[in-house]
Amino acid sequence: MADLPAITLRDVVKRYRDKDGSQITAVDGLTLDVPAGVCLGLLGPNGAGKSTTMRMLTAQSRADEGEITVLGHPVPAEAKEARALMGVVPQTDNLDEELTVRQNLEVFAHLYRLPRAGRRRAVERALEIAQLTGRARTRVVNLSGGMRRRLLVARGLVHSPRLVLLDEPTVGLDPQVRADLWGLIAGLRDEGTTVLMSTHYIEEAERLADACALMSGGRIVAQGTPGELIAHHAGDSVEEHHGPPDRLAEIEALVRRAGLPTRRTGPTVSVLRAEHIPPSLADALGNGDRVVRRAASLEDVFVVLTGENVG
Amino acid sequence: MADTRLRRFEWAPVRGVWRHELALFRRYWPSSSFASTVEPTIYLLAFGFGFGSLLGHVAGYRYVDFVGTGVVATAALFTSVFPGMFNTYVRRVYQHSYEAVLAAPVDVHELVAGEASWIAVKSGMFSCVPLLVAMLFGLHPAAGMLAVPLFTTLTAVGFALFGVWASTVVPSINSFDYVITGILTPLFLVAGTFFPISGLPAWARTAAHVNPLYHCVELVRHAVFGFHPLADLGHLGTLALFAAVMAVLAVRGMRRRLID
Repeated sequence: MADLPAITLRDVVKRYRDKDGSQITAVDGLTLDVPAGVCLGLLGPNGAGKSTTMRMLTAQSRADEGEITVLGHPVPAEAKEARALMGVVPQTDNLDEELTVRQNLEVFAHLYRLPRAGRRRAVERALEIAQLTGRARTRVVNLSGGMRRRLLVARGLVHSPRLVLLDEPTVGLDPQVRADLWGLIAGLRDEGTTVLMSTHYIEEAERLADACALMSGGRIVAQGTPGELIAHHAGDSVEEHHGPPDRLAEIEALVRRAGLPTRRTGPTVSVLRAEHIPPSLADALGNGDRVVRRAASLEDVFVVLTGENVG
Repeated sequence: MADTRLRRFEWAPVRGVWRHELALFRRYWPSSSFASTVEPTIYLLAFGFGFGSLLGHVAGYRYVDFVGTGVVATAALFTSVFPGMFNTYVRRVYQHSYEAVLAAPVDVHELVAGEASWIAVKSGMFSCVPLLVAMLFGLHPAAGMLAVPLFTTLTAVGFALFGVWASTVVPSINSFDYVITGILTPLFLVAGTFFPISGLPAWARTAAHVNPLYHCVELVRHAVFGFHPLADLGHLGTLALFAAVMAVLAVRGMRRRLID
């Protein structure tokens, strides 16, 4: 059991019908394993299918094709059993504003069937995790945005789940609050809780994820540790060329003829795997003040594989 | 929690929903109790003494007693169907509360059971208030009155579930106007609450018999003035059937809206 992946998705397809009647394939043959005890970052641009995938894991969205298993339970057949063992932190703040911090947690302690004897202790523990013990009696409507987000996380952890799904956990938060939450998520990971975290923030994935799966167009386009992904798709270094559009187009054509990947961001063309630039091409590209060489990053991989700039 | 097989229907989610509602009720009980009890009392006083002074007796009862018993049913209607419609709609569409609940080990039918049962029990209790007020104005107490909360709660279960179902059918919150004017107002008026249905045209009498509220009115009157066992079993059966049909529709509607 310990060796089984916490989450398995096999050839999962999810289609939606648009308002105009046309069909949209949100998830298109997704196959993914999330090993137990690992923090996996599900990385992809908006519309890549991350949130739909998260919803399918809780059976709030039903797959049209394929198989899903969560903590040994086939979903949706045994979705209730699977949900009992996992905690979900949604992208949307759906706390009850009229209730206090403690009351929000108590309701979910009931829903997760915590025994009466352990309920109080579980709520106290969740309050400590979210650093909200001193705010237990405060109504949610009076909390700051960061506190609300921490409470959302605490609500998903009130029953000490074996698996936590975090859907864009820090989207729209200021840097300080984001750093607080990163600390909280890192704590979960260090305790050995399996975490599946969808995000389109590269830095978040780099900091927290043991491994990343890159989603684009409803399927996984690359998977591995951040280091592996960078090495495989972007190489060691990147050479950034700045210049007028005509010159950038010329550089792109030259580099592509040499078989190296590029990415274009505004007035910049980045040549990936720059360590493989042959001397002849290096001469043609030039080496003036408008060229910068730097280490390759996960962001380069993201842009190359998804065709989207980081938002 | 331990890795165990869960039953298709469990009471834990219902208790969780009740815990949530109880916390809200503790905060808002003065305003919600005021609206739920004073409004039917105003109807009772206005119709009972307004029309009562003109009519004296109706269908063999003092008019104030006739209305006093009838208003109990309308109180059950309004204190159940409105929370069923509006609370459910707001929580689903604006607050996204149900997404959070359904991410826990809770299925849609358990969520609906929790919401509808809370509304029904609260409504069942509140709707007895007009009876107490009527007693202050001369309605004689009867042992059968003890059964009234059961009848009003059963009625409220059906209408709470009707409200939940309606909330899944309307395209926007403004569309509830169609439900209120097109369905609830006729139900409210053609139920034998303020006047006996015997004076209505034949088609309206037939319509009244399929109106669940009429069956509640009859049960409450019989509880106060004397049971008619066979007829009352029929009234109870009709209310139970109404609740069962609405339960199926409400769960289907919520599942369609919450699970894609």
